[in-house]
Amino acid sequence: MAQPKITLDAVRHVSRLAALSLAPDEQERMCRELDKILGFMAELDKLDVSGVEPTFHAVPMRAQLRPDVVVPSLPRDELLQAAPAQESGAFAVPKVLDGDK
Amino acid sequence: MDAIHQLSLTQLAAAVSAGEVSAVEATRATLDRIAARDAITHAYLHVDREGALQQAGQVDAARARGETLGPLAGVPIGIKDNLCTRGLPTTCASKILAGYIPPYDAHVVERIRAAGGVVIGKLNMDEFAMGSSNENSAFGPVRNPWDPARTPGGSSGGAAAATAEGLAAAALGSDTGGSVRQPGAYCGVTAIKPTYGRVSRYGLIAFASSLDQVGPLARDMRDAARMLGVISGHDPRDATSVAHPVDDYESECGKDVRGMRVGVVNGMLDGCVTSVQDAIRAAHQRLEALGCELVEVDLPHRDYALSVYYIIAPAEASSNLARFDGMRYGLRVTGEDLRDTYSRSRGAGFGPEVKRRIMLGTYVLSAGYYDAFYLKAQKVRTLIKRDFTRAFERCDVLLTPTAPSPAFKLGEIADPLTMYAQDIFTLPPSLAGIAAASVPCGLSPERLPIGMQLCAPEFEEKRIVRLGHAFESAIGWKHRPAGY
Repeated sequence: MAQPKITLDAVRHVSRLAALSLAPDEQERMCRELDKILGFMAELDKLDVSGVEPTFHAVPMRAQLRPDVVVPSLPRDELLQAAPAQESGAFAVPKVLDGDK
Repeated sequence: MDAIHQLSLTQLAAAVSAGEVSAVEATRATLDRIAARDAITHAYLHVDREGALQQAGQVDAARARGETLGPLAGVPIGIKDNLCTRGLPTTCASKILAGYIPPYDAHVVERIRAAGGVVIGKLNMDEFAMGSSNENSAFGPVRNPWDPARTPGGSSGGAAAATAEGLAAAALGSDTGGSVRQPGAYCGVTAIKPTYGRVSRYGLIAFASSLDQVGPLARDMRDAARMLGVISGHDPRDATSVAHPVDDYESECGKDVRGMRVGVVNGMLDGCVTSVQDAIRAAHQRLEALGCELVEVDLPHRDYALSVYYIIAPAEASSNLARFDGMRYGLRVTGEDLRDTYSRSRGAGFGPEVKRRIMLGTYVLSAGYYDAFYLKAQKVRTLIKRDFTRAFERCDVLLTPTAPSPAFKLGEIADPLTMYAQDIFTLPPSLAGIAAASVPCGLSPERLPIGMQLCAPEFEEKRIVRLGHAFESAIGWKHRPAGY
């Protein structure tokens, strides 16, 4: 993984992907820190992992089916209590689609 | 009888069951002690005085009716603030969840209550469990009861400090890369990270889903074993919880350890401070005196665990923390449109370390880098896991230091990579998914506790309990912070 130098542009791109607004000073600090951390991780290049399977789960497990019985969901009113805004028994969110219709 | 906070968990539960102490008395004593002492330690983010006394009253009422009480009867338990508690604030020590009150209990909290335990309050931590010093709490750091200028460790720093200081009989923490073990070592308490899948994660606010496990912190191994027994077992609400039989962990306490093969990892003491080296060597001798056989083993890929972990954990975190977008719970900062509202809410709500890990995780998962970072890390994880499998062909339990030094001073480590390196011993077992624990094994010249890490194969927690208990009995560990 020949490690490219992390640029401010790359930081801004990734912060958009992450939907995370960063102030200009945060962007600069992030740029330096990510560069150092990712540079350190280049040590993994020393290892040959061809033919090695990835371990996504450390403990082998089979998907287990639960009995197909109806159980009550959490009460809507209680869930909505935690919402920053609610309306007519639903989460109130900013407009998702452009246009009036 | 000793003051209530000086009883072990098992002693207190026995005293409550026998009617020698009421659950309400025990709860009141703990609440008073928190009021008197926690201004310095800052282990608690929220104390539930009313709710705790109510639960305690129910335990006493059950006893008055002649019912048999549970294994945690009337015992005050602190809960790390990333475990959901019905009707009680759960913030992950983050501004983005300030004031959030979950409508349900985590599986482990249900288990604690069902066993007669009394939930005293919510414990401080590094924000979203990301950190090794508790300095990443949005609500101010925890201080180590052994020396208030020092960190209690992290991320379960509040859980370790409260347990050491007698502000709870025991606590529940969570461990992703060492977050119960390292604070356990720094505060001189016993902490167990169970095998991945041993304990349900239902209601644990996710950090890195393939690594997170809930684990107990307690003042001795018997207490920790009892807590582990209470929280272990299959739960259909967590698809990764495993239906493996739960052993009677507590019955391992007092069993003979003669002939047990203890693996000593070659080169593990390099890079540790002298006091840690001395304490670990003394532990080797003590275990030999108990009849254990020391075996040298190698973990050739352990040095890569740092890079592997800090790719995998942030990658999973960047995905898990996407849910904090200001829509259904938590902070909302309204922007120009939906997307801008997400970004501003997250930018204002998350602290610096959480932002760093979200950025790191998003980067390593982004187009063009997935294979080079994430996939490669998961392959090296396979090599690390193989190292343990081979080592366990030659030994029953592995012994390492828990951390390279005793507790460092608050503010001492500013560089993120240096901070990450504090987890060097606890990361490999986390990546391998195996059972691991920290057990107090000595004091440094400046009177700070030192911990040793014991690791066992999947679902062999009982070996750790047996060896840890035998060791702790042999050294007669009675050291506590000055104020205990």
